[in-house]
Amino acid sequence: MTPVHPQPSAGFSVQFEKIEKRFGMRLALRGVTLEIGPGEFVALVGANGSGKTTLLRIAALLMRPSGGKIKISGEGADILPAIRARCGMVSHATLLYDELTAQENLRFFARLYDLKQVEEVCAAALERAGLANRARDLVRTFSRGMRQRLSLARAMMTEPRLLLLDEPATGLDPEGQAWLGREAARLHKEGCTILMSTHGRNEVQSAVTRAVRLEAGLVAADSRDGTEMREILARSGPEA
Amino acid sequence: MSLARATGLILAKELRIELRSRALLSTTFVFVLLVLVLFSFTFDPTATEARRFGPGLLWLALLFAGSLMLQPTFVREQANDTLSALRMAPIEPFAVLLGKLAANAVYLFLVELILLPIFAGLYNLSILPVLGRLLLVMFLGTVGLATTGTVFSAVTAQARLRELLLPVLLLPILAPVLIGSSEATVGLFSDQPYLDTTWVVFLTAFDVVFLTAAWLFGEYLFEE
Repeated sequence: MTPVHPQPSAGFSVQFEKIEKRFGMRLALRGVTLEIGPGEFVALVGANGSGKTTLLRIAALLMRPSGGKIKISGEGADILPAIRARCGMVSHATLLYDELTAQENLRFFARLYDLKQVEEVCAAALERAGLANRARDLVRTFSRGMRQRLSLARAMMTEPRLLLLDEPATGLDPEGQAWLGREAARLHKEGCTILMSTHGRNEVQSAVTRAVRLEAGLVAADSRDGTEMREILARSGPEA
Repeated sequence: MSLARATGLILAKELRIELRSRALLSTTFVFVLLVLVLFSFTFDPTATEARRFGPGLLWLALLFAGSLMLQPTFVREQANDTLSALRMAPIEPFAVLLGKLAANAVYLFLVELILLPIFAGLYNLSILPVLGRLLLVMFLGTVGLATTGTVFSAVTAQARLRELLLPVLLLPILAPVLIGSSEATVGLFSDQPYLDTTWVVFLTAFDVVFLTAAWLFGEYLFEE
């Protein structure tokens, strides 16, 4: 099948500058400073409550930090809509409507993102996710793996330059994890910056180029070195 | 993307989901019908009393139904965190609020259209001679109810005890709509039917003020 969109160019850079996030009396992030270059595939590891999801939601502009600054592709607090439009997110929640079919879900988001050739884009996304034969089925009839594939297809449909993956392998079987890993690796190869939080070891981590460990809301370890990186990932917990 | 187009997309999505499940429409219809029937049996009004108190009872029933019906507006978006997907989309946050508000207004208005003949039958009121003016009052009251209800549904969506919190916050705010709509409707069912423009202006002003406030502060409603 001929690709509907051209290959994405360079991914976005992300700069977290002394990011703090407070929930009531609890400080979830205590001044995280992290610079992610364009095209990096970063695995964010750490125990429950270490601040991974909070950091990702701040990167997704879903949450305002209590202190510090975030810059995406050099842009500050008022992130341009053009930049927002190229940030995708996949999390353990599917970000899909159960009462809509797979096709209706993709069509809705494609229109919301003002994509051209909506029908072709949706068909290509369903094909890539291996769900073309289930296009007209309601999402609530899908298995966990199928939902996650559709969720990734939805995020990829907009050709993100920054993809945020929040424990995307949760609940996926090894085959599903391998598929997710392959898709993430493909996106990374195309130049997309990927920031993925992960709790346990899984297939998706095979393509990461950098590992960052958060502990109690602070960066405790950060490495691009192969051996060191594997150590950080190995300490991230049991296999998912 | 323009505000109108984004709002239209959200509205179409809401209507499609509701038409598929019919959960809100059917339960709201049954609830209002039950309340109206119970009121009718409890008070057993004479013709004069029905003209005087019927409209108030109708609006009270719609108010209670609205406070129940509007509850799931944003709670439904939490099940799969779809609100995050909407917030990440390159659209104005107000479009999300406006689309949902429009959908809620459509649901309420549909329920009212179906219930009006039943209400007229139960309370022995003639609605045909004043139908146009009655629909205008119902439209203005419904927009007020849907606007405030949708905004407060967003406010309470992440709160504990939200099922209780929404009516507690909403009913006092909606008291002016209840009074204005009831008084305007009473005028329409009097011996010499008339549309009290004071109440029409009052309801219009209420709608405009709350819509403007929602437009100005809407984006803060979704912040985590």
